Amino acid sequence: MMALATESPLLRISALTKRFGGFTALDNVSVDIRPGERFGLIGPNGSGKTTLINCISGAFRTEAGTVVFRDEDITRLQPHMRTRRGIARSFQIPRPFRSMTVAENLMVALDFAAATDEIASAAQRRDTMMSILTRMGLASKADVSATKLSQVELRKMELARAMATHPKLLISDEAMAGLSSSEVDEVLDLLMSLAGQNITIIMIEHIMQAVMRFSDRVMCLDAGKIIAIGTPNEVMANQRVQEAYLGT
Amino acid sequence: MKRNDIYFSIGAALFLAGALLMTQVIGNQYPFFACYVILQFIVLAVAWSILGGYAGYVNFGTSAFFGMGVYTAVFLFKAFGAPLAVQIAAAAAVGALMGFALGFLTLRMQGIYFSIATIALTIIIETTITNWRFVGGASGIQMQRPPVTAPFDSYVQMLFFVQALLVVLAVGIARYIQNSWIGRGLQALKDDELAAECTGVPTLRLKLLACVVSGALMCAAGAPAAMYLQYADPASAFNLNYSVSALAMSLIGGTAHWAGPIIGAILLGSTQQLLTVTISSEVNVLVLGVMLVLFVVAAPEGIIGLIRRVRGNRSEGKT
Repeated sequence: MMALATESPLLRISALTKRFGGFTALDNVSVDIRPGERFGLIGPNGSGKTTLINCISGAFRTEAGTVVFRDEDITRLQPHMRTRRGIARSFQIPRPFRSMTVAENLMVALDFAAATDEIASAAQRRDTMMSILTRMGLASKADVSATKLSQVELRKMELARAMATHPKLLISDEAMAGLSSSEVDEVLDLLMSLAGQNITIIMIEHIMQAVMRFSDRVMCLDAGKIIAIGTPNEVMANQRVQEAYLGT
Repeated sequence: MKRNDIYFSIGAALFLAGALLMTQVIGNQYPFFACYVILQFIVLAVAWSILGGYAGYVNFGTSAFFGMGVYTAVFLFKAFGAPLAVQIAAAAAVGALMGFALGFLTLRMQGIYFSIATIALTIIIETTITNWRFVGGASGIQMQRPPVTAPFDSYVQMLFFVQALLVVLAVGIARYIQNSWIGRGLQALKDDELAAECTGVPTLRLKLLACVVSGALMCAAGAPAAMYLQYADPASAFNLNYSVSALAMSLIGGTAHWAGPIIGAILLGSTQQLLTVTISSEVNVLVLGVMLVLFVVAAPEGIIGLIRRVRGNRSEGKT
């Protein structure tokens, strides 16, 4: 039994299809994400990467297929239920709670998502919050309004807020887009250190060096279909991937 | 935090003691008539801001809830001769149910669509009451006040004190919500619903809760109005003026803090009373509109926002 439990995937996506009117954004996508994996998701613009994330996190309802997380079918669950079960995400365009400080942004997560795991006192939660901010390099910004952050700080705060929900699976949707190369390294190091703490990470990214450095496994989507999946080198060498990126 | 709770309780107790003292000392009935209206608007504005301010869902249906409160009282009084306390409690229950139904049907709509749906609710309910003979129909209904209970000398004084109790209840609830996890969740979903969902906030459930609490308080505030006027008719009970006033008072006072709607309601309510007496009751509607426009342009965060800005500037000046 134990052997079975460790072998079962953390997230199993089976035959997932998502349509917007007549447009098929995801077409029969199936993939297993293993526990502890660093999973890179690539593909040209409009290939369905963010749609897939939205289907996993519950922002979209799907037409067909199932999403199974830790052996539980979560296909019909609302986003907040999935967050409480351990799926956290960041957004391609950061979506902070603008009327709040950085600390308050994290407290929302601690109040609502982490509460089921541990009934902690206010002081304990504040400690947890500060330790996450410290790890993310945002401790000095705790009492700053979320609207006053720079782009890289916003990205980090999104990751920090996601971390505050105690995720088992963290989905980072282009957390490095629009950052300078040194900032990209900073965020990549952060994601690496999170992966080291037994958190499975799905990373969507356009910056190839980052994907190559980060991922155990890479999947490439094109027009809603999986065109390649494997080690970073295998996928990069794949002819269809090259065609999708460079055009034929 | 704890110390603030004590200060708040002392403040509430002093307020009630003051109100009670007023009824024992002042013989003239007019101050009670005027203050009753102001207190009633405090309850409405505070209740409105629980959904409209904290959650950012602009409700134009205040008059639907208020009128429903009036007619719950009318019905119970006519059918069973129910005492005032029962009328108010029942109105609160009706308001909660109505809030739940409204919320369940409409809270999936966002922004302006929700507001339009609440206006529709007002019209539907008003039309229903207008066609219900038992409670007077379109021509309204006269109400005979029962004898007043001690220690009050007149029924209006008693209603004044009852409304003061409702103020304390409404403010206490609004303050609790603002400072609790509920308030934090509502604030998060006001900022960004999807981000809130993905941070674990059960947005629909929290919005429903806000709608239920807000509806219950609005209905409760309306219940004593029938006895106050000794008369009820659909056109005045469901008057759009209640919706506009509650909204304007909350926005002018500021919705970021529970004290905002109180400040707004006292400011606008007393201005209205003053204008009604000195000039005419029509002018006060004009003044309401002008003040709302001025505030939207000059101080979109209301008086609370102005105070915070001034304080912020000062503390920045120090460092």
